[in-house]
Amino acid sequence: MQTAIMIVANYPLYIRSVPTQGELKFHYTVHTSLDVVEEKISGVGKALADQRELYLGLLYPTEDYKVYGYMTNSKVKFVIVVDSSNTSLRDNEIRSMFRKLHNSFTDVMCNPFYNPGDPIQSKAFDSIVSTMMVQAF
Amino acid sequence: MSPAQWDLPPELCCRPVAFVALTGLDVVYNAIHRAIWDAFCANRRADRVPISFKVLPGDNEYPKCRTKRTSYEWYIPKGILKTGWMNKHLNLVPALVVLFYELDWDDPQWKEKQSECATKVEIVRTSLQGRNTKVAVVLIQKKTPLPPGEDLVASERASALCGACDLSGKSLFVLPHTDHLVGYIIRSDFLFLNKHQFKMGFFSELKQDTQNALKYYRTAYSLVHELRAHETNMLEIKTMAGFINYKICRLCFQHNTPLDAIAQFRKHIDLCKKKIGSAELAFEHTAWMSKQFQSFGDLFDEAIKLGLTAIQTQNPGFYYQQAAYYAQERKQQVGQLCSHEPGVGYPAPDPLETTSGALDFYGQRPWRQGHQSIDPPDSEKEKQGILALQVKERDIPHSELIIALLSNAVAQFKKYKCPRMKSHLMVQMGEEYYHAKDYTKALKLLDYVMCDYRTERWWSLLTSILCTALKCSYLMGQVKDYITYSMELVGRASILPEEQKSRIEKNLIKVLMNEVPEPEPDCDPLSVKTAQSLWSDRISLAGSNEFTIEVQDYVPFVQCKAKFLSPSFHIDEPVQLHVYVRADCPHPVRFSKLCVSLSNQEYNQYCLLEDASKGKDILEPSTQENMCLVPGKTRKYCFKFVAKTEDVGKKIEITSVGLMLGRETARYVYLNWRGGWGDAASSHETLQACRSFKKRTRFPEQQVDWDTVTIQSSTMIISRVPKISVQLTHEPPALTNEMYCMIVTIQSGEDTVAKDIKLTAGLKPGQDANLTQSTQITLNGTEVCDDSHPALLPDIPLGDLHPGQKIVKPLYIHCVSTGSRILLFHVAYSVSATVEGKDITCKCHKDETVTLETVVPYEVAMKFVSSKFEHLERVYVDIPFLLMMDILSASPWPIELVNSEVQLASSMNAIDQPQSQVEGVTLQTSECASECFLLKCPPVQNGTSTVASGHYIISWKRKSTFAETSVVRTIVTLPHVMVENIPLYVHAELPSFGRVRESLPVRYHLENRTGLVQDVEITVEPSDAFMFSGLKQVRMRILPGAEQEMLYNFYPLMAGYQVLPQLNINLLRFPNISNQLLRRFLPSRIFVKPQGRNGDTSIEAA
Repeated sequence: MQTAIMIVANYPLYIRSVPTQGELKFHYTVHTSLDVVEEKISGVGKALADQRELYLGLLYPTEDYKVYGYMTNSKVKFVIVVDSSNTSLRDNEIRSMFRKLHNSFTDVMCNPFYNPGDPIQSKAFDSIVSTMMVQAF
Repeated sequence: MSPAQWDLPPELCCRPVAFVALTGLDVVYNAIHRAIWDAFCANRRADRVPISFKVLPGDNEYPKCRTKRTSYEWYIPKGILKTGWMNKHLNLVPALVVLFYELDWDDPQWKEKQSECATKVEIVRTSLQGRNTKVAVVLIQKKTPLPPGEDLVASERASALCGACDLSGKSLFVLPHTDHLVGYIIRSDFLFLNKHQFKMGFFSELKQDTQNALKYYRTAYSLVHELRAHETNMLEIKTMAGFINYKICRLCFQHNTPLDAIAQFRKHIDLCKKKIGSAELAFEHTAWMSKQFQSFGDLFDEAIKLGLTAIQTQNPGFYYQQAAYYAQERKQQVGQLCSHEPGVGYPAPDPLETTSGALDFYGQRPWRQGHQSIDPPDSEKEKQGILALQVKERDIPHSELIIALLSNAVAQFKKYKCPRMKSHLMVQMGEEYYHAKDYTKALKLLDYVMCDYRTERWWSLLTSILCTALKCSYLMGQVKDYITYSMELVGRASILPEEQKSRIEKNLIKVLMNEVPEPEPDCDPLSVKTAQSLWSDRISLAGSNEFTIEVQDYVPFVQCKAKFLSPSFHIDEPVQLHVYVRADCPHPVRFSKLCVSLSNQEYNQYCLLEDASKGKDILEPSTQENMCLVPGKTRKYCFKFVAKTEDVGKKIEITSVGLMLGRETARYVYLNWRGGWGDAASSHETLQACRSFKKRTRFPEQQVDWDTVTIQSSTMIISRVPKISVQLTHEPPALTNEMYCMIVTIQSGEDTVAKDIKLTAGLKPGQDANLTQSTQITLNGTEVCDDSHPALLPDIPLGDLHPGQKIVKPLYIHCVSTGSRILLFHVAYSVSATVEGKDITCKCHKDETVTLETVVPYEVAMKFVSSKFEHLERVYVDIPFLLMMDILSASPWPIELVNSEVQLASSMNAIDQPQSQVEGVTLQTSECASECFLLKCPPVQNGTSTVASGHYIISWKRKSTFAETSVVRTIVTLPHVMVENIPLYVHAELPSFGRVRESLPVRYHLENRTGLVQDVEITVEPSDAFMFSGLKQVRMRILPGAEQEMLYNFYPLMAGYQVLPQLNINLLRFPNISNQLLRRFLPSRIFVKPQGRNGDTSIEAA
């Protein structure tokens, strides 16, 4: 089953996809999903921006994938792409996956040697993502 | 089969309307008939029931009606829906036939006409052969009919006619009423069994009963899927499902329930997605899928045009996009399934040929129409048929289909604010054009979207696009594009593996050497052959072999940073400029020229590095060489030049840096960095680098860490540092109004003569405008400045100054107001100097500024006091008083009071000659000098008035050892004072002291100053310190102008300062003149000496 997790700050910070050969397609999918993220953010009123829900929900359905989005307060976007035949994942599971990712991402950001905006190269983050992918898919 | 096989039949897509045939009309030759026909067809507005009309001859052949079955028992269906069915009911079999006949009610030949009409009706009936088509008769009458019921003949004849024609009365019309003909109904007794639900739906739609139609269609849809599907009828089922689905979605949109339409479509796709059918004809399935999505997209788009609003995540674009995906998949499958051996041709008896030239039923195979069993009847025929289909499929222009769908999708996504989706689809279009060998269009599209991916820093996507673009440019022999894309693919923005980069770099070097590059991998071999000849043509062609690439639009494999070493350079030192260059390619690369363009182009010649050994082979780079870039290492090139003297005060900017790759003799490309640094990725990298906490690794000598190189793309040329000293000697603060002396000492430290020295001194411009008014400067200190002197003395010529010499120049500043001011002393001169072996005349200047405080030198306090030194609020006419001056020094420096003078106004008189008492006095800080003048006021009118007193003039100067100072005259205006007449003046005459137990005679004088006789009451109060003799209480009259004298003998009893017995005077005529006021003129105390033991002399001596 095809899946991808991507951390994006308008350009990719972290990419993990299974299987790896169709990666380019995932990249395009995630890239195009940013359109929807942008539209969703701009739709939210400025007053509500503070208590904004970080989880953006299903961004858009394609024939083959479901694309879910999440955006941290520092405008870093998390995108999870799952095969649309995967019915075991409900909204709640996706939500908790994002939360886990966010926690781990926060740890990465707290690392004084990590320079925000650089690609993420963290073993801890890698292993979190790996377990998540094994568990969920 | 044509490519239109997958298109939905037009009769399905149109909105079904009922078909009405008109007969008996001669529209060509009969004007009346023409008018009737026009009335039917023209001006059909939307509110009228949609009907399609056709004029047919009376004996028209209608499609034959087969005998109807009463049940489907024993009925073996040959298929689901015949191909001609819909067309038949739309265009061939009318729902109503209208027979027009010219007949008036009072026609003389009524009988004959009636039977003729009946015959015509019969002919129509016969030709319809029992179809459930209604027949109506319209009598075209010339006369206006009478109201119904009044024309007995008419009603009688009408019923007769109806009887003859076997018509119901409702089906007979008379022409003026023809407009109301539209209210007909078609018979709805087509009650077949459930297999005919589609037809039911279709008929309902014909009747404009869309709700019912939808219901029928939905049932039909579920029934279609209940059919047993196997390989032989899969196509038929899918075709039907597609038709019905189309109808349902269309009606849903028509009912403005788009969500229902979408849900139905999703259901449809989910149900049919897996129904691939024959594996050998898998492309049929994908083609069908593609068509499903496309037609849904069309329906969606059409609904939007009619007012439906779509959103970003649900718009027709997605359906077109999906249609394109299936089209692409179809193309791939074709590649796998239809790549027959060259020998295999189209099968000889065409299996797709049918006797009628068309199919009887939708979705059936031409070679086994009507066949309904699971296994194909003839396996050989089946094989031939599949082969025929495959061969036909091969000729379909797949790319065209895909591109058309993609461009549809692009148009949609553009509308719904999806720029990235749009870009993605354009990439796909570009790739499809590439596959279709339309490289020009491919390159145009790819080039258009590339910069979006570049600015968004999606390197993976950019690399993939660049690879395709590189192939296109290779195949077209586009040298500049080829070089540009190669440069980017070799560089740091590309995620290609090293060996790919290496291959591309080698090709790039070949092109720069004017050789044909190796072909790109996975290119169409035929195109490669064309490309190779194109390239060799290019190479033999002289000219057009130089290119400039503006780097800021790309991320090439060479990076550059140019910087001035300092933000400013003095004119007498060389301007230094460093250019750092770094390559990210896998192999070392040599360049042949590096040039820096500056805003003043005259300096460009000094910032140029050219390969001296022209014509050498650039394929053999040697790492020692200066002009070879080793991957990953930063190279530094230093330039310096002497700025021109006229550029002093100007900015020099790096407009661009150019790096030439290749040779002028062969082919070369200029990389041009505008502003001297930065490509499309640099700004982000710089930002990240400066944010980074990473510890900078120490690089060995001669090597630089790229990230630490900062940019300094402009520098100022500033004048030479002056080697003179300007010193100011003065004694601050300045005192108001004095001529404050400042001595400027200019000493030369130059090695040569400082020529043409000019001093500008005074108030620094740009301060408070009031200061300009209150400050004056002069070279002459002997006289006090006035307003005609300027606040700034410009360009005082001081001549030349030899090394070591100095000039001393005193300047005088006159500050009228207090406060601080900034003074400027600007010394300018010129001197000749030698820089880098060049003689230049440098203009130098040195500025000194000083903040000068100005303070008041002293405060003058003035007051009027009585002769008893008591403070006076008013003075009295002809009674002497004192004017007291206190001069309190506020200056930190000693002040010498040269003179002082009182200039009295006419209303004041001095009692004796006023003479300065402070002349020659020197006041230290906060010391005070006082003097007083005895004055008297002459009488005034009206009893009281305020009069001016005059002026007080102080001449003073600063007492300084430092410089000769001039005397300053300061004029102080004396305050006004109130002068009052007094009716009675009292004064006492008494000795200066008394002695205990010795008589002390006191004489009081009372003077009447009025023109009236005054009654005065006087009492003397007793005192402990005195005994006295005289009148204790008296009342008397004093004549005008007269004076009364009163003598008392006081006898002191106690020694020391004693209060005299108090004299109370009461003026009966002037009750407002109080006793206290008068008493102020009299002494209140006296000093009493003790009585001497040994006589007076000893005490007096003591």
